[in-house]
Amino acid sequence: MSEREPVLVMRGIGKRFPGVVALDGVDLRLFPGEVHALMGENGAGKSTLIKVLTGAYHHDQGDITLGGEPVAFAGPHQAQQAGISTVYQEINLCPNLSVAENVLIGRAPTRFGRIRWSAMRRRAEELLARLQLSIDVGSDLGAHSIAVQQLVAIARALDVDAKVLVLDEPTSSLDASEVDQLFRVMRGLKDDGIAILFVTHFLDQVYEIADRMTVLRNGRRVGEYRTAELSQLDLVAAMIGKELAALEDIEEAPRREVAALERGTPVVSADGVGRAGAIAPFSLGIHKGEVVGLAGLLGSGRTEIARLLFGADRSDQGQIAVDGTPVTFRGPQSAMRHGIAYCPENRRTDGLVEELTVRENIVLALQAARGWARPVPRGRQDELVGRFVKALDIRPADPELPVRNLSGGNQQKVLLARWLITEPRLMILDEPTRGIDVGAKAEIQRLVVELSDGGMAVLFISAELEEVLRLSHKVAVLRDRRLVTELENTDGLDLDRVMAAIASGGAT
Amino acid sequence: MAVALARRQMERWRGSREPRGSDGMSNLVRHRLFWPVAMLLLLLVGNLAFTPGFFAIELRDGHLFGALIDILRQGAPLMLVALGMTLVIATGGIDLSVGAVVAISGALACQQISQLGDQGAVGGVLVAVALALLLCAGLGLWNGFLVGVVGIQPIIATLILMIAGRGVAQLITGGQIINVNSPPYKAIATGFLLAVPVPVIIAAALVAVVALVTRRSAFGMLLESVGGNAGASRLAGIRSRQLIIIAYVACAVCAGVAGLMVSSTVSSADGNNAGLLIELDAILAVVIGGTSLLGGRFSIAGTVVGALLIKTLDTTIYTIGIPPEVTLLFKAVVVVVLCLVQAPAFRARFARRRPTAEVSA
Repeated sequence: MSEREPVLVMRGIGKRFPGVVALDGVDLRLFPGEVHALMGENGAGKSTLIKVLTGAYHHDQGDITLGGEPVAFAGPHQAQQAGISTVYQEINLCPNLSVAENVLIGRAPTRFGRIRWSAMRRRAEELLARLQLSIDVGSDLGAHSIAVQQLVAIARALDVDAKVLVLDEPTSSLDASEVDQLFRVMRGLKDDGIAILFVTHFLDQVYEIADRMTVLRNGRRVGEYRTAELSQLDLVAAMIGKELAALEDIEEAPRREVAALERGTPVVSADGVGRAGAIAPFSLGIHKGEVVGLAGLLGSGRTEIARLLFGADRSDQGQIAVDGTPVTFRGPQSAMRHGIAYCPENRRTDGLVEELTVRENIVLALQAARGWARPVPRGRQDELVGRFVKALDIRPADPELPVRNLSGGNQQKVLLARWLITEPRLMILDEPTRGIDVGAKAEIQRLVVELSDGGMAVLFISAELEEVLRLSHKVAVLRDRRLVTELENTDGLDLDRVMAAIASGGAT
Repeated sequence: MAVALARRQMERWRGSREPRGSDGMSNLVRHRLFWPVAMLLLLLVGNLAFTPGFFAIELRDGHLFGALIDILRQGAPLMLVALGMTLVIATGGIDLSVGAVVAISGALACQQISQLGDQGAVGGVLVAVALALLLCAGLGLWNGFLVGVVGIQPIIATLILMIAGRGVAQLITGGQIINVNSPPYKAIATGFLLAVPVPVIIAAALVAVVALVTRRSAFGMLLESVGGNAGASRLAGIRSRQLIIIAYVACAVCAGVAGLMVSSTVSSADGNNAGLLIELDAILAVVIGGTSLLGGRFSIAGTVVGALLIKTLDTTIYTIGIPPEVTLLFKAVVVVVLCLVQAPAFRARFARRRPTAEVSA
């Protein structure tokens, strides 16, 4: 295969957004008749790369050649004309139009300016037949399953004589048999000589369908591999990377003493709790003074577990219990009444109210629990805020500053302070150390240890396995939206074993 | 000076901070209300050039009279509507139905009074006023329900009542203009208490109540939180539904009081024209006052200044003798200038150009 000329070459692609380097010198090659997986965690630059390829973004550096010719797309339409078609994760079709209209909209065969409906139906049927799909093309698209809609989107993409087909997370909302159907179609297209760029979070699917893969991390290309030559373990290692260098100056804290922990009734436990499309049913118990780490790739269902335990999403099966008593959470307020706190992964969109001050952000949860008619007296606010600004070393130490003016690490501390003043019994920390500097990171890690030593139960979520291992008594491993195994953090547990569990689905 | 100002403004956006009190003048300029207040003063002083006795206030028969008093009195309904609108806009919403509510409130009050045997009976008038305000509260509840519970976009949800409300007002008045002859009702708009016009007292009292309730309780902060970031507010445990409903009810009640003033001024209820387009002036007043249409931080003082500014502008148009056929255009031009002057981005650009000109000169 590699003797052939690549149909598409992207070389040295760079893309900057204000304050962020999204892509830095990324290379990508696609050969005709191959399925090429684009791998990387959320934020690694996959979406940006695809948007550059499809003309939605302009790259700052590098060049793209298609079929040997240098190309520069002014927009998605031009890219499509040139033979690069894309099916996005969120299907952007019109459910209220017919299948045929969706396949051919904007390109309908016309005579004297009028649409030739019968020709249009025939053409749509031909295109769908190529995908081994026989449905009534006159029916409304919305009446069909997501999988069929996905295939219709692909048919629409193929109509433009595609050389390159980009499938962005096409399987995320499909069940197993639907995935099989999609893969059959993909193999057929591959045999026709189309190059398919396939983006997914599911490792098994990559190994089932992809010939080669390109791995991105933090906007850079880690490497290009043949699927057959890269083990799942190496792939996970390539995607996660090891940023040990950045953490070396943090003192190596001794491993948590699992033996010292008294495990009675868990503070919070989940029994078969799940939510369709988000996380498969899982069982998990978190005890007083215990830190439970959630390990797994981004998108593996870690945040989904956190949101279910906090009542931010409703579970559709299973039972959550607090101190062994079954409870039903109608929303975050009811979880808060049971002493559960949640620092979300995305501080800026889900956590802080940026235009409010540090003080207001810190008292927000406490005030919400009391209701608006019973304000926390200003003196008490100042006392609480002053205490936590000092204890967490929030800088600048001015409670009346808008919180948007603070650095990421200090914003994270404000969020922690918000929940600490509610004196929770279970603290859920979703990526509390992401995007903050090393010093603040070490402080937050120390804080987690102190809190759990003081008897608080902590659910600790982080993409950095070293951190999870250092802080947790127990590590729950997630993969493909499923809790696959729980590992006690005893002497036998190390990074390799956790990575192996992530890669293999817990079969160690 | 201009460069320094612009730079300081830029630094403020970037988040760095000046030591406090380093420069009294620049602190004054940086105050949120500096530009609206400056524009208001400019407009008032401008009037003085055309009307020499513009600032004169005299006490006649124990009543205060003067151009400034007129602005306050005539501006009271707009100020009230804008007051309620401020709360709704703080949630990130908008209420287009306030004009219709103004009409409904006046219509119901006048209809009730016209049924009275003795239209001069204070008790009967009070009952009529209470009924009108109760109905307005109900209408606010309806808006709040559509936005907060059903989840319809505020502009659409309140558009329903904006249109339908005019119909309701006409139903109440039976399609006619109802005239009343009730001295107690007339007093709402034209009376005096301790030499001060009654509408000014009512507006001041309501502004004070709303300011106290929002800032002394946690209502204001939670409202700003919901308007600033609804998702984060939910995850902090705030029940936004309740807050949103209260905001719409308060807004409708404020509009209801304004409606009583409007119909009391002319002692009649006109379902078609009472409060026509007042919602737009009210939204403008809120925005001039520095509250973002995106929701979040709100300023009641700013809204008061904004409403006074708009009313002063209306007065100015009459006093300086703008021909009637160009008054609307004139107002539009002033409003555009006003918005540009207030926009920090525009001022920064303007300030950056000036020194270049000096150098080349």
